[in-house]
Amino acid sequence: MAKHKTPLLDQLESGPWPSFVSDIKQECASRAKNAKGVDYQVPADCPDDLLGVLEMSYVDGETHWKHGGIVGVFGYGGGVIGRYCDQPEMFPGVAHFHTVRVNQPSGLYYTTEFLRQICDLWELRGSGLTNMHGSTGDIVLLGTTTPQLEEIFFDLTHKMNTDLGGSGSNLRTPSCCLGQSRCEFACIDTQQLCHDLTNTYQDELHRPAFPYKFKFKVDGCPNGCVAAIARSDFSIIGTWRDEIRIDQKAVAAYVGGEIKPNAGAHAGRDWGKFDIQKEVVDRCPTGCMKFEGGKLEINNKECVRCMHCINAMPRALRIGNDRGASILCGAKAPILDGPQMSSLLVPFIKAEEPYDEIKEIVENLWDWWMEEGKNRERLGETMKRLSFQKLLEVTNQKADARHVREPRHNPYIFWKEEEVKGGWQRDIADYRKKHQK
Amino acid sequence: MAFISSGYNPDKPMENRITDIGPRHFGDFLPPVIKKNKGKWAYHEILEPGILLHVADSGDKVYTVRVGAARLMSISHIREICDIADKFCGGHLRFTTRNNVEFMVGTEDEAKALKKELNGRKFAGGSHKFPVGGTGAGVTNIVHTQGWVHCHTPATDASGTVKATMDAVFDEFVNMRLPAPVRIAMACCLNMCGAVHCSDIAILGIHRKPPIIDHEHLDNMCEVPLAVAACPTGAIRPTKTDFQGKQVATVAIKQERCMFCGNCYTMCPSLPLSDKEGDGIAIMVGGKISNRITRPAFSKVVVPFIPNEPPRWPSMTKVIKKILDAYSKDARKYERLGDWANRIGWERFFEKCGLEFSHHLIDDFRDPAYYTWRQTTQFKF
Repeated sequence: MAKHKTPLLDQLESGPWPSFVSDIKQECASRAKNAKGVDYQVPADCPDDLLGVLEMSYVDGETHWKHGGIVGVFGYGGGVIGRYCDQPEMFPGVAHFHTVRVNQPSGLYYTTEFLRQICDLWELRGSGLTNMHGSTGDIVLLGTTTPQLEEIFFDLTHKMNTDLGGSGSNLRTPSCCLGQSRCEFACIDTQQLCHDLTNTYQDELHRPAFPYKFKFKVDGCPNGCVAAIARSDFSIIGTWRDEIRIDQKAVAAYVGGEIKPNAGAHAGRDWGKFDIQKEVVDRCPTGCMKFEGGKLEINNKECVRCMHCINAMPRALRIGNDRGASILCGAKAPILDGPQMSSLLVPFIKAEEPYDEIKEIVENLWDWWMEEGKNRERLGETMKRLSFQKLLEVTNQKADARHVREPRHNPYIFWKEEEVKGGWQRDIADYRKKHQK
Repeated sequence: MAFISSGYNPDKPMENRITDIGPRHFGDFLPPVIKKNKGKWAYHEILEPGILLHVADSGDKVYTVRVGAARLMSISHIREICDIADKFCGGHLRFTTRNNVEFMVGTEDEAKALKKELNGRKFAGGSHKFPVGGTGAGVTNIVHTQGWVHCHTPATDASGTVKATMDAVFDEFVNMRLPAPVRIAMACCLNMCGAVHCSDIAILGIHRKPPIIDHEHLDNMCEVPLAVAACPTGAIRPTKTDFQGKQVATVAIKQERCMFCGNCYTMCPSLPLSDKEGDGIAIMVGGKISNRITRPAFSKVVVPFIPNEPPRWPSMTKVIKKILDAYSKDARKYERLGDWANRIGWERFFEKCGLEFSHHLIDDFRDPAYYTWRQTTQFKF
């Protein structure tokens, strides 16, 4: 028997898509039954109370969670988000309902053994509810009380050999696409790079020292499955700078209809016979391809590596061999100055262990942003306020036409004195000798 | 309940303390075929909706069955996922960045049998537990935020709007018949933890009433200068006011300058914004992240406000369906939603989607606004 009546939420149990309401109810039933005799360390009925408070929000159209409180584990300034219900008498099970962010493994592969350990921990010491995964990539454990935090941290570090993620004005948990583990497009080992950055910068991840949050995301190729260009202050995107490898036999097989184009991604509609001229050559954004006499040619010098031809014919076209990454920085959601995507800073950099070149750029950027950034100013906003030129200067990068979409629209150039012959120190008396008042 | 110690000693917090170890190395979790062929994959193919085949240079093959999932997931559900992975996948599985779950097996027959098995599992309420799909030119799972389930600033719910939307577009999750992939994202307030600003279709919770000022508590709960500095339009200033005969330090708000971003509430809990009538949803479209053919693009606001209609938000899902249907009918193969709108022109976009254009949709926030106005005589009648 449900603890609270939830007629509105109950309407979200029907329909084909997995119902989170049904799932929470399943957890309520499991905890009520307690077949394993677990000595629940937070109220057993907290999932019931979560449904109750959520139903209340569905009725009155407003949230019932208070502004977060400062809670955490000793020595860390992040990883736990305090959360309190604003109707604790009605819903005591969720009166204190803190979130614990657990740093996910790169690429989100798991063994069932590890996941079951997480489940056992969260059954004993939490609500039994999670997010797989949070927006930044963490395993999010939803709902526990303050006395459990150190216990959870102890279990995570001692029994599961794993650590908390980031929150607040910290380095946030870096994340990546699955990369070379199962993708032929990956130009770099995104998982290793992500894991290395995460471990190199543990101090920044756990102890807030930044003006605001800072995110790393690593995409293996310009398809951008982990949204680095839109969602990270420091976006590392795999690329190459030599030739796309062409298998002309496979090209012929695509043209002849022996291989499904687009790896089958468009197979659900009859789009007609695959037309390499129309669908690949004419779609190339730089027009650098030709299909003549049954042979596909690419003028690689003009290619901008948009991935379309490779996506369309993955068995015929493969990424080049001289691989590395482009680094872009400054992406953020609209709060406060409007949305920003990352801007290109380093067109090409090798991404090989121990990644010293990449880390040098990161640390130069941080030195600058920590010195100059205002409270709650993302890197992208600091860049806008202090100029792209300044960004180049602090990261020791030389200006390059690739840095801009087009040159500036105004002639208001901040010339430096040393750039101007004779410097800026002039004498008005000398001037007046030639020009009367 | 008796307190069960993990071994942590609160009197000596540093005793045996392990910190700064980071996440587990991903190598601990890779299935053998993945570990063996890492960096040596030759090509992939989507055999049917939800089933991927990856072939390595070695000739090794791995078949992946992708299923949708609610991001808000119980441990009962995770344990069921583990049971399936133990039975079919040697105890390995992975999640995608869009909250899908992937089961990897060695043969096509196993993949098809697993698909059947997964599609057959239902929750008590009737919905799928593991709908197979989310591949290719279709709609895949929605990335989203916490909403009313667990956040203090939302203007709407996240899990509910996502469930309602995915129910409405479910056919596109299990098919691959759209002109290109359509990525839907949901953020329950302007903070956009879900980063919906580069999505084909974005569902965004918005506020429309300025903050209420809790004069009694403001000076104790907030740093007034931080609250003042938090406002991007300079609408907040420090002031003093009489509260029950006592003079208190507080703030004053020029309401007509408020753009309802909620940043002041983030900095000061005594300035709550949420309101049943004021809050609701804006729909944005035409963003993308991929560099394929065209460059990444921001989402644009095309519906300024839809009221919150829990539990199923019918007006919102109707708008999303209308946009998706018009796009599906009219766009060319490979054209993302925003590329289609750019080609036909946004004036045509509103016409074809049956959406009303209003002054709310013209940008008036800072310099970038100008670049969205039309500086040409090229337009369509």
